[in-house]
Amino acid sequence: MSMDYREYILDHYRDPRNYGTLEHPDVHCEDSNPLCGDQLGMDLQIEGDRVTEVRIQGRGCAISQASASMLSEMIEGKTLEEVIALGKEDVLEALGIPISPARTKCAFLGLRVLHRGLAIAGLEQPQEDEDE
Amino acid sequence: MLTSDNTTPATTVHSTQSGRSLAEIRQDFPILARQVHGKPFIYLDSTASSQKPTAVLTAMNEYYHQHNANVHRGVYLVSEEATAGMEKARVKIARFINARQSKQIIFTRNTTESINLVAHTWGSANISSGDLIILTEMEHHSNLVPWQLLAQRTGARLEFVPVTDDGLLQLDVYADLLRQQPKLVAFTHMSNVLGTINPIHEMIAQAHAAGAITMVDAAQSVPHLPVDVQALDADFLCFSAHKMLGPTGIGVLYGKKALLEAMPPFMGGGDMIRTVKLRESTWNDLPWKFEAGTPAIAEAIGFGAAIDYLNALGMDNVRQHEREITSYALDALKAVPGLTIYGPEADQRGGVVSFTLADIHPHDLASILDQEVGVAIRAGHHCAQPLMERYDLAATARASFYIYTSKEEIDILVQGLQKAQHIFRF
Repeated sequence: MSMDYREYILDHYRDPRNYGTLEHPDVHCEDSNPLCGDQLGMDLQIEGDRVTEVRIQGRGCAISQASASMLSEMIEGKTLEEVIALGKEDVLEALGIPISPARTKCAFLGLRVLHRGLAIAGLEQPQEDEDE
Repeated sequence: MLTSDNTTPATTVHSTQSGRSLAEIRQDFPILARQVHGKPFIYLDSTASSQKPTAVLTAMNEYYHQHNANVHRGVYLVSEEATAGMEKARVKIARFINARQSKQIIFTRNTTESINLVAHTWGSANISSGDLIILTEMEHHSNLVPWQLLAQRTGARLEFVPVTDDGLLQLDVYADLLRQQPKLVAFTHMSNVLGTINPIHEMIAQAHAAGAITMVDAAQSVPHLPVDVQALDADFLCFSAHKMLGPTGIGVLYGKKALLEAMPPFMGGGDMIRTVKLRESTWNDLPWKFEAGTPAIAEAIGFGAAIDYLNALGMDNVRQHEREITSYALDALKAVPGLTIYGPEADQRGGVVSFTLADIHPHDLASILDQEVGVAIRAGHHCAQPLMERYDLAATARASFYIYTSKEEIDILVQGLQKAQHIFRF
């Protein structure tokens, strides 16, 4: 198993999509990965049953920041139902490389922030942390 | 040069080790022959935990194969052998740090537990509201959090000796803080992040002059340089076996006898008692007063074998080898463009180098080094978040060295860093 840093991952890291903040977000959440110190914040604008805008901001390793950038592309324009259904397998598929056990927390930081934000806003049931 | 204590048959084979080549020493560590990701395994994380020589593994195995029984109870031969094996290890450790008596060596799980033991027992008996405890900004969490907990329980105050940009303690501030009559001063002998070797002999003397008791976190120093607790006049000093060729699960608290005798026990249970009645008990003598329950017997025996191994090499030689390797590594790393090294020069530094490389996150660096060149380094805050904050860092990469580290391995580390730069070219 080799966790190689493909060019598209580095591209998302160097130039994260949807980077920034929203002035009046409907959903806002931030979290950090205590092990590495990766930080990530996420703002969502929701109109009707659709996520119309998403912004992310953060600092950390390439895996955490690139996966959050990729996740933001998956979220924008989707229905809430679709966004709520996004899981680890979607993030892994977007990354397209095997993630070593020690780095899964980096890869799923964006996903964790998304679901925690939706739960705080009362839009989905809080999720239990799974064993990784 | 020290000679081996030839008391354990399993380790006498190492009594003529002094003067052996690095290649011969490396052969004693089976794990150094394995591969990772199809490449030779290069272990540069001994500060987190060292590798173990065959002599240590054999000693532990032999205990389980031939001498396995509980200690301090049986009157049959095998139990007596187990007890003798464990107590012999205690004597070796006492001699290794030049403790006056082996009863001053308390077996704990690790350095962390040793510090917690002192914070709970000596701390509860001696610290009260308003009392001052002096720590430093470069402490590992294990030498911060137990004192924070004690301060919360008692209302004691904590003050911190700051660190300079070069990674040295600001000793003028230390001298000022000592004028506030602290009860306790706790500091690391060697920083696990910066590698800084602190001038603890002077620091202990100054603390004593101010009427304070001293606790030395020697987790990084006892494995890497000669430490003499009597010459240092240390009150408490602690370290772990697994960072000095021994197994995990066993560590040491050294204390001055009068202090240890006056302290209440830590955990209650078997072995730590003299007499037990339903409503009260009396305590065993040192060191067992602090060793409740069945101890880590195989680990103590393995620890003893690790001490034999280090004695055979000679701790002056261990330090000399690491000084050379560290100096070589500092030169090699300084030549890498965009690389920043934290901490002092080689003469004030143990075998630890923390660094960052341009904007590459240390976790990405560690992953690339692992995959591309088989090099294991540590990346993160190294259980020293306040120190990271001091340097405005979220994390660093850290390479650390021991008796088996070679210059060729440093060269491969540098090649790996160049690969990482190539992958992450911005």
